[in-house]
Amino acid sequence: MRYLKYAWLIICLNVHAGEWSGYIAGEVRYFSHPPLSSEQYDDINVSLFAQPEYSHEWDNGYQNVVFVPFVRLDQHDSERSHFDIRELTWLKAADTWELRSGIRKVYWGVTESQHLVDIINQTDLVDHVDTEEKLGQPMINLALIRDWGSLDFFILPGFRERTFPGQEGRLLLGGMPIKTDQVQYESGAKDKHVDWAVRWEIMLDDWDIGLSHFSGTSREPRFIPEVDGLIPYYEQIDQTGLDVQFTHEDLLWKFEMISRKGEEGGVTALTGGFEYTFVGVFDTDADIGLITEYLFADYQTTMFENDMMLGMRFALNDAQSAELLAGIIFDLDNHSKFYMIEASRRIGENWKLTLETYIYSHIPADDLAYGFRNEDLVQLELAWYF
Amino acid sequence: MKRLVLISVLLCSYPLITLADDIASAKTPQAKGLAIAQMAEDRNTGWQDSEAEMVMILRNRQGRTSTRYVRTRSMEVPGDGDKGLSIFDRPRDVKGTAVLTWSHALKADHQWIYLPALKRVKRISSKNKSGPFMGSEFAYEDISSQEVDKYTYKYMREETLNGKKCYVIERYPAYKYSGYTVQVMWIDKKDFNPQKIVFYDRKRKRNLLKTLTFKEYKSYSVRGKIFWRANEFFMQNHQTGKTTSLKWKNYQFSKGFTKRDFDKNTLKRVR
Repeated sequence: MRYLKYAWLIICLNVHAGEWSGYIAGEVRYFSHPPLSSEQYDDINVSLFAQPEYSHEWDNGYQNVVFVPFVRLDQHDSERSHFDIRELTWLKAADTWELRSGIRKVYWGVTESQHLVDIINQTDLVDHVDTEEKLGQPMINLALIRDWGSLDFFILPGFRERTFPGQEGRLLLGGMPIKTDQVQYESGAKDKHVDWAVRWEIMLDDWDIGLSHFSGTSREPRFIPEVDGLIPYYEQIDQTGLDVQFTHEDLLWKFEMISRKGEEGGVTALTGGFEYTFVGVFDTDADIGLITEYLFADYQTTMFENDMMLGMRFALNDAQSAELLAGIIFDLDNHSKFYMIEASRRIGENWKLTLETYIYSHIPADDLAYGFRNEDLVQLELAWYF
Repeated sequence: MKRLVLISVLLCSYPLITLADDIASAKTPQAKGLAIAQMAEDRNTGWQDSEAEMVMILRNRQGRTSTRYVRTRSMEVPGDGDKGLSIFDRPRDVKGTAVLTWSHALKADHQWIYLPALKRVKRISSKNKSGPFMGSEFAYEDISSQEVDKYTYKYMREETLNGKKCYVIERYPAYKYSGYTVQVMWIDKKDFNPQKIVFYDRKRKRNLLKTLTFKEYKSYSVRGKIFWRANEFFMQNHQTGKTTSLKWKNYQFSKGFTKRDFDKNTLKRVR
């Protein structure tokens, strides 16, 4: 609430020149299988959410403030009904540096199937299972922009816990409630631990290269099992990441790798593959893009230890921007499969309809994804943009 | 005599004279076509940087319309293609999306897109120049930086179009992934502005595809030199019956942009 007060102060100061935009949306989810726990809801769930955005810039765009709150109201899951400040930030840019302070979202990386290197923001998992929704992270970020690339320094005061569905919600691993009220940390400072990170990025002709290091509280909790649920435990880690993209004509090669040191030693994970686009297929304006990525990890707390992702992106390139993304990730060891389809199109000037489907199939009992075996879902979303 | 030498030295060193001579003295239609294209480029060199707003009105065969707003910034790069930054304002679901392009005459352009929902900058393949720009009848290659080396040329004839005396030239894309086999272009003889371009399709065996008309040229003075910009580009697709009107507003020059205004950091920052 403290942040909110500052937000209003900023808005009031700049009320004449700023601009509001954003969206209001409704979502319906349907789960075809019954839940694993009797407390969880069955079949249909309705949810409303909104993300307005206020922005104001001056100094020829070399300074701006941005405020992006987010709110969701969920029919069944009280944890999913939540509020967050995605962004509340002030930026000052100059010729050779940029300074950003406040609550922000930062994205690192190049691959499509998973985002290993991306670590600054905590995942808002209760909001969406695709792990692409992020919670706002307080930070001070100084970027030095030189001929040898750009170097970003981050100081990250304050840790955000990962969000999870409530015990009455769906997409809960094995139907086990996550006891977020009993959260544990390795650090004595708990969620007050100040993390830091640094990233160097350079573009060399066809190559885009990023090298990063993060030191602080892991964004991925481990779970301490109890009889009636799981307690999230956040350790201290040091993670170095590398991301590389090589772009040659219509072929994009993508690679990400991380090396993480924690309480239980070091682990490594990587994702790599390519994306190729066929332009103007079937004598139309449509494009078909093919994505292939290999996912590897030498630790067990991930679903992607030795997996392959095949994806297809179909874009009509029409006035409604109709698009379809279909993908499958299959485990090369035990043949479990995860299918996803995401389709969207604009309706009129301001509306957008999105259909998503996630299916977990052939999951053996020893696979981490076994807990999601009954969580196949279809989601329809209608958003109004202003 | 000395004075005459001085005058002729001055005349020779003044490129417009040389290029005009090239057009007059060209021995082959290819040489004359190239000379006209070089003259047009020369007339349009030296504007340094500019900013403008673009409103696109897409109209389908039934007359239903759809509107896009884009803000654009451009900067000349001596000896290379221009740098450009486009920021989308409408439709609202793509608001904040921005595209950064470093165009090059002979090699593939460099292009990045910023996706505001994920805060992600994505390097994209720039090979796809023949694809539609935001669902419109304009392909990316129609609105990207026009460099002389991107085509080979052939002079056809002189013709009067809408009361303007024009050169008619054919140009053939040097880029093998272009969507066109040939473009026929009308360039007025006075100011060397394109007046009309007719596009012939690569996909359907050189069929007539589109006609682009440039409307209402307006002059802008940048450091004493005059530059012309059309207020409207009107594209008619003859195969689908769809049209796109692209209107330019608030052209501004001498913004003082540097390469810093066309880098990945700026791409993440622009609103």
